[in-house]
Amino acid sequence: MTDIIIIIVSILGTIFAMLAAIGLIRMPDTYLRISVNTKAATLGVGLLLAAAAIYFGDIAISSRVLAIIIFIFLTAPIGGHLLGRTGYISGNELYEKTKIDDLKGKYNKKTHELSSGEESEDSDGEDKKHS
Amino acid sequence: MNLYDFLYYVILPLLSLAMVFVFIRFVKGPSIVDRVIALDLIVTIGIGIISIYSIINNQPNFLDIALILALIAFLGTVAFTYYLEKRDKDD
Repeated sequence: MTDIIIIIVSILGTIFAMLAAIGLIRMPDTYLRISVNTKAATLGVGLLLAAAAIYFGDIAISSRVLAIIIFIFLTAPIGGHLLGRTGYISGNELYEKTKIDDLKGKYNKKTHELSSGEESEDSDGEDKKHS
Repeated sequence: MNLYDFLYYVILPLLSLAMVFVFIRFVKGPSIVDRVIALDLIVTIGIGIISIYSIINNQPNFLDIALILALIAFLGTVAFTYYLEKRDKDD
């Protein structure tokens, strides 16, 4: 019975890992590849580690596996955010069918300053009045 | 077919194939950020392979190495992005 559960869980994890790998090849854009990396890979590896936890069935090993899963779940969004930010700053182009670019016109490529568009100019004017 | 044969002849080859696909992106990647993503995913799939290997060899100590590998992957990503961003700002 335990064997069947391990087989099901591990094959689900493998399917997710394969989907992540195929998505990494097929996706047309850096930012879409980041989304593949942080979503599919964490669930796939989480299921593969859960298979190991079910097989050993020991509280010490289960807590170790839980520590790894929590660590991956905590660090994957941080890594994805940093990679997306670096990709935008180093000038990677978005996929041509992307509908919304939230940072369009708000990022100065020369001074590397982020602003909120029109509002920043108003606040700059207020600062000048006060000073 | 028992559990060990299944893991050895079905799961591990599929994971290796996934790793080959990611490696193709690692070699091909147009920008350096794509290569960092591929490196991150290679290490993540490596953690899965280590966990399957620990089942096959009945050796739970391998999971410690998986934890260290996850830590190194995160630190590597953070360091790469930090210095790439710095380099692009200096130019």
